[in-house]
Amino acid sequence: MQYDVIVIGAGVIGTMITRELSKLDMKLVLVEKCGDVAMGSSKANSAIVHAGFDAENGSLKAKLNVQGASIMEYYCNKLAVPYKNIGSLVVAYSDEEMKTLEVLLDRGIKNGVPDMEIIGQEKLREMEPHISDEALGALWAPTAGIVSPYELTIAAAENAVMNGAEIRRNSGVNGIEYKDGMFSVSTETGVIEAKYVINCAGVFSDKVANMIGDTSFKIIPRKGEYYLLDKTECRLVNHVLFPCPSKMGKGILVTPTAHGNVLLGPTATDLDFDSKLNVETTASGLDEIKASVRKVIPQITTRNAITSFAGLRAHRVDGECDFIIEPSKANDRFINVAGIESPGLTAAPAIARYVGEMFKEMAPGYEKKVEFISTRPAPIKMAELSAEERAEIVKKDPRYGRIICRCEGITEGEIIDAIKAPCGARDIDAVKRRTRAGMGRCQGGFCGSKVLEILARELDIPMNEVTKYGNGSKILFDKTK
Amino acid sequence: MLKYDLVVIGGGPAGMAAALRARECGVQKIIILERAATLGGILEQCIHTGFGLHYFGEELSGPEYAYRFIEELKKTDIEVKVDTMVTDILSDNVVVATNNTDGILQIQATAIILAMGCRERPRGALDMPGSRAAGVMTAGTAQKYVNIDGYMPGKKIVILGSGDIGLIMARRMTLEGAKVEMVCELMPYSGGLTRNIVQCLDDLGIPLKLSCTVVKTHGLERLEGVTIANVDEYRRPIPGTEQYVECDTLLLSVGLIPENELTRMAGIEIDPITNGAIVDEYRQTSRPGIFACGNVLQVHDLVDYVTQESQIAGEGAAKYILSKKEANNADNTIRVKAESGVRYVVPQNINRSTDKDVKIYFRVADVYKDTSVVVTCGDEVIYKRKKRKLAPGEMENVAIKLDDIAKLSGNELTVKLEV
Amino acid sequence: MIKEMVCVSCPIGCMLTVELNDQNEVLSVKGNTCKRGEQYAIDECTNPVRMLTSTVKVNGGKLPVVPVKTAKPIPKGKMFDCMQVINSTVVDAPVKMGDVLIQDICGTGIDIIATNEN
Repeated sequence: MQYDVIVIGAGVIGTMITRELSKLDMKLVLVEKCGDVAMGSSKANSAIVHAGFDAENGSLKAKLNVQGASIMEYYCNKLAVPYKNIGSLVVAYSDEEMKTLEVLLDRGIKNGVPDMEIIGQEKLREMEPHISDEALGALWAPTAGIVSPYELTIAAAENAVMNGAEIRRNSGVNGIEYKDGMFSVSTETGVIEAKYVINCAGVFSDKVANMIGDTSFKIIPRKGEYYLLDKTECRLVNHVLFPCPSKMGKGILVTPTAHGNVLLGPTATDLDFDSKLNVETTASGLDEIKASVRKVIPQITTRNAITSFAGLRAHRVDGECDFIIEPSKANDRFINVAGIESPGLTAAPAIARYVGEMFKEMAPGYEKKVEFISTRPAPIKMAELSAEERAEIVKKDPRYGRIICRCEGITEGEIIDAIKAPCGARDIDAVKRRTRAGMGRCQGGFCGSKVLEILARELDIPMNEVTKYGNGSKILFDKTK
Repeated sequence: MLKYDLVVIGGGPAGMAAALRARECGVQKIIILERAATLGGILEQCIHTGFGLHYFGEELSGPEYAYRFIEELKKTDIEVKVDTMVTDILSDNVVVATNNTDGILQIQATAIILAMGCRERPRGALDMPGSRAAGVMTAGTAQKYVNIDGYMPGKKIVILGSGDIGLIMARRMTLEGAKVEMVCELMPYSGGLTRNIVQCLDDLGIPLKLSCTVVKTHGLERLEGVTIANVDEYRRPIPGTEQYVECDTLLLSVGLIPENELTRMAGIEIDPITNGAIVDEYRQTSRPGIFACGNVLQVHDLVDYVTQESQIAGEGAAKYILSKKEANNADNTIRVKAESGVRYVVPQNINRSTDKDVKIYFRVADVYKDTSVVVTCGDEVIYKRKKRKLAPGEMENVAIKLDDIAKLSGNELTVKLEV
Repeated sequence: MIKEMVCVSCPIGCMLTVELNDQNEVLSVKGNTCKRGEQYAIDECTNPVRMLTSTVKVNGGKLPVVPVKTAKPIPKGKMFDCMQVINSTVVDAPVKMGDVLIQDICGTGIDIIATNEN
């Protein structure tokens, strides 16, 4: 198969770029090694829209962060993705940390972050009634927010497909050759060719770059572990709460999520090059979170944890720390979008625009699609509708009246929508990310087997071929009889 | 809006028994709302026997036990809606439900019985580090796959938690051809019935490792093994005792949680220990006309007790409906308290002017031998009986006579253990 | 010979001490608090039996299998032999509660009966 552009890696960066490029009239494909989009860092991160005071002045990171934060809401509205502009607080616990806030404020102003303010203990307590008595003040950044990162990724993928892009899942890239102006990319589902390649392979982006002889950067996985707490705990926190940053990152935060849960984390542990699939949680990591968050909000416990998980940041270890978004030195038709760790999610919409412009300069011949559809229709979410609206929908399609996931109130109709969508769900976790079935406090104890049944029926496969998250993650073995 | 005298939420053993008893007591218009496709609740997948020994004096399987009530219901004019999920209880006892034939249902009830049952504690609620591979599931989920769907969820199995479902599944999986490596139990004693330890583990040579837990799960896609470790008296893993056990499946039987989402939404007071509603001797909750019974009220170990408790609730609802009995007033309420060795009591309140003997159900906090169960009111001992063995896995009860209740000098009863 | 066992006749779980002679005949049972305990000890030592439950494959039913049980307890040692027979049995829907699906399993004189509809 021949394409104009191959995008490698269907995280938030890869899908947002694919969506951006789908505005142009060309043949476009996104390849992904996993069974679904958003399977790497994009499904396991802090889900924060950062205001933009962390990145160094003048860096690409700073520019795209601030830009991203300002356009995130616009994109989330277009793509029907949960987003809340709740603002963030960097909390200081000592006079020294209060001084750090000044540094952050200064850096933020230089980066162009609007409306920041250092607030005292009293105001802080007013905004966060449950905060520790030890907290002296905070840096308030009202432009920060929270977003559902995997839904942003899924929405961008769906919208790209609506606009003609192809997505090939389970198609890990094994090698790339370049000859006569054409890349030949061998994947687990066959060889595909294209004139341009955009490398958005996250923690594997250095490996993909190596395939064309580009060894200019190195990425290690920096693991971050998290706890997700029950919605009952959301009364304890109103804003994104950061500690003062350290050289390992922004520290362990406490934040509401876009769905009303509370997220605690991340830790920061550097792993070696060979551990790019290691998303195991550890006893020490989980203990670190518990100890750390108690200092912020003493009442918080993990007794009401729904789950714990870990994600990997694509961390540069080549002496630099800025985002790499440029044509490769080894081949100028190959764009690296690499080293996108925090605030990569925030910056994603801005990165997509930036790469779009870069591509248009590199390949000026492509026309704009007249019929580009910029919005993704919002999925039906029965639990968010009024009784009248629900009744209306059930009348048209009774499957929306059959609740499958008790905890989140997700119906059979919504699950079928997720399976039938462009770039639809193929496994249980994919259904969960799209619909929230199994995301609640029972963690799929009751609905897991029903979702499995619906997947088998809709995909017309035996129940024992349904997986948790693709590949070998099968749930069932043989029939008993 | 539809109008019913009694809406029963849940068509498992609790809901069915409560509805039937209310009908016997003369309640006219009754409806059961069940979220699954069939009546019977979790009994439908509990195909082992051992149900009904107390209530029917017979050893029945789960579906057989349920069938007896389903057949009884068929003989009545009690209405049943299956595949119907209650989403809210509004003020004035209006029940909101949804299904695929009626869309949204709003039912005005005179009284409501909560009988939603319980759910299993999932992995996320445990602090269990490791990978997120497939193959870690609750024992109940595995039970559904094996007994209803006819699929094996694993071949080489470790079970964490020696609650009854875990023990039952150890035997079920073994009989169906899987190898159950061991059952690990965090506590120094099993939470399951002795009968199940003997017949599900000892019979089949499956080791029960007490004071032992899973400290890590391994495997990228499907589970490949677990690391187990012994725990100290504070239930913390002891470094150096770790041991790797190869397995493709980890079944969790680590506790049941009453499903009280609706109860909480309805603003009903919850007992922090039982995680169920606070009720009086007729299982009436803090909201007049709303009753609770079965595993949504307290986790039972025998369905026979669920049936008995639900009949009390059915009777209570009937009294409420037929006499429009007002809520107990606080001055007239005797509070029942759990103390030294007794973890909780149900009911938590007794109406002083009650019309019957009251059985107080409770669980103990640890394993006790030759210990007396004592009920006192102030300095006065109302009840005292020596028990040869008391264990947290077995629900106990004491009966307080109607005469004794009427005569009580104070307004607090205490249930405790004395060596 | 002295054998220790837990009585499982009811949830109390009395610790039983059983005295046996060389012919495996029960001489005495101690520790039981009811008649059933004594009988349990004698049965457990001389002819241990168990209820066996499983599922049988159903053709054309609503569900792929129907739950079954032995109509009466079978000798403990025959459980796995019986499982083989149960596993190789297929019945056609409809199955009613109490239907005999396998007669006289493994020469025990005991039937396998359906414990649900399908």
